[in-house]
Amino acid sequence: MAETLQNLHAGFSVALSPNVFLYAVVGCVIGTLVGVLPGIGPLAGISLLLPASFGMDATSAIVLLAGIYYGAMYGGSTTSILMRIPGEAASVMTCIDGYAMTRKGRGGPALAIAAVGSYAAGTASVVALMLLAPPLASFALRFGPPEYFALLLLGLLALAYMSGGAIMKSLAMASLGLLLGMIGIDPMTGFFRFHYGLVELGDGIGIVPVAVGLFGLSEILLTAGQEKPPAVIQPRLVELLPSREEWRDATWPVARGTVLGFFIGIIPGSAHIISSFLSYAVERRLSRHPERFGHGAIEGVAGPESANNSATSGAFVPMLALGVPSGPIPAVMLAALMVHGISPGPLLIQDQPELFWGFIASMYVGNVVLLILNLPLVGLFVNILRVPYPLLYPAILVFCVLGVYAVNGSVVDLWIMLVMGALGYVLRKFDFETAPIVLGVVLAPMLEMSFRQSLAMSSGSYAIFLHRPIAAWMLAAGLALLLLSLAPIFVRSRKMIAWREALGLSAKIGKGDKP
Amino acid sequence: LAPGSGATMLTIDRMAGATLSLFAAWVIRESQKLPLGTLRQPGPSFFPLLLALLLLIFGVAIAATGGRAQSFRSVGWKEVPHACGILAACIFSALALERLGYRLTVFLVLLFLLKVVERKGWLPTASFALALSFGSFYLFYTLLRVPLPIGPLGI
Repeated sequence: MAETLQNLHAGFSVALSPNVFLYAVVGCVIGTLVGVLPGIGPLAGISLLLPASFGMDATSAIVLLAGIYYGAMYGGSTTSILMRIPGEAASVMTCIDGYAMTRKGRGGPALAIAAVGSYAAGTASVVALMLLAPPLASFALRFGPPEYFALLLLGLLALAYMSGGAIMKSLAMASLGLLLGMIGIDPMTGFFRFHYGLVELGDGIGIVPVAVGLFGLSEILLTAGQEKPPAVIQPRLVELLPSREEWRDATWPVARGTVLGFFIGIIPGSAHIISSFLSYAVERRLSRHPERFGHGAIEGVAGPESANNSATSGAFVPMLALGVPSGPIPAVMLAALMVHGISPGPLLIQDQPELFWGFIASMYVGNVVLLILNLPLVGLFVNILRVPYPLLYPAILVFCVLGVYAVNGSVVDLWIMLVMGALGYVLRKFDFETAPIVLGVVLAPMLEMSFRQSLAMSSGSYAIFLHRPIAAWMLAAGLALLLLSLAPIFVRSRKMIAWREALGLSAKIGKGDKP
Repeated sequence: LAPGSGATMLTIDRMAGATLSLFAAWVIRESQKLPLGTLRQPGPSFFPLLLALLLLIFGVAIAATGGRAQSFRSVGWKEVPHACGILAACIFSALALERLGYRLTVFLVLLFLLKVVERKGWLPTASFALALSFGSFYLFYTLLRVPLPIGPLGI
């Protein structure tokens, strides 16, 4: 422990040197700017600025890129809360209650809780990263395709479970999302599925056009034509900060989101995406007033935002300790390190202590910089809502078009956004939730791949899912959730109905989403 | 049963359930064009077929249990003309973006939305459209290096 603190002290002396500190600030500013735009998420931001880091020393380069990563993650939540436009999949759950809070004139507190929750989660998970990286990384390696399949299935079933009374609708939407995720080249056989002559669909349907269409465009379609346009909100300064009650309600969700996000984040293979979905499900399940979820519950912002940020740090565990990237963003960071002649892995801490501990310390610094930058900006961001809606929505629409096009430079993505916008509009009119569709699209390729890889590993035997303890436990938990969700359809006892009403499960989430 | 009673009324759930079932049936038909594989070695259409069957089951269940949901007629569609205008602007964006370039496309889209859909005056419409189309291009193309299409006129 003493050695760790000594190393951390050395790391801070690197991170707080004027040169490196400046790069942390610049990275956070660029990241926030880039993240506010739908479509240009952390991955695109890092990829675009990667060549600019080649001329720097390794520590400055990785600090700059990590700053962009954090900044973009936070910037994405700003548009989710104020405009219902998720910059990326991880921000989808923030849209539901964050935007509902904005509609009630509580956009400022939602942004402040997102900033503070992200900071707390980011800092706590960096401590965990510092202390637990080597043992956790070896645990993460025990996650093979069967465990991964079980985890993803559990994530989907948890989402269905949280939807309470509307389980059939949620499961239907998740199936629809999974089906949409099947479009593209089958990675096992190379068959091009459901492409209808569009080569651009080879990589499948992008998550950004789907999320922006289902959430952002559908919101514009529903709201712009209302006889009474949304009121121009003019919050007072005191209303920009959360009340004492909101702070209290958000404390435990932040703590739980941090732990959940960190442990999911370390699992290789982009599983961190489901951390915000699972956190939302957990918070709703544990809340004394689950009926508030979907109507502007601050826990629905605090939990997913913390989980999302904590998973960001968790994702660095396998990258730094084993040299195994857990998703596309750590992969780009890994490439940046390798360009500088550094190979992350078990020997990184020994061979490059300055870089490792400088990176860890810069993560603390980055979180503080982000908080200092963003809390004063809450007032500025909320002022966007002062613009009358007939002027605001055309501008939002332009940024949706710009952001979606910029992801791949493809017009096909614009068409996907358009179709998804129209679909989201009709589905919300018909009282359907659209979040499970987004989750389905994200998880479909991973779910199918891990399922088929598992069967390939076991020569076609389904027993592999039962013989591996982690997978078996997760599948059992998923089955239990499914049975609990379906029970009220088959068992209509008064006791059961009263129990579900007490838990708020008879009311489904997202009623507040309706216009 | 009287017209409009729970058993005969067209509700949003019945409508949605039926549509989802039809979509699932179409996917099942399309999946047959790809190799199914076996249970031990699933092929490229195994998962889509499985998911389409699940969607079919859920769609039928939603339609079957949706008799007490909100009636289809009671759903308000007053914003549809407005929504159609916005969708038309999106369609134009998709068609024109790479042909006319970012700035001209966005300028025309904003002109249409503000002047035709929102009925704003010419001066605020033109100044807002000009500022946003050229301003956003400068910010993202010039400063942030986001690749955006340039039209044949060089704008």
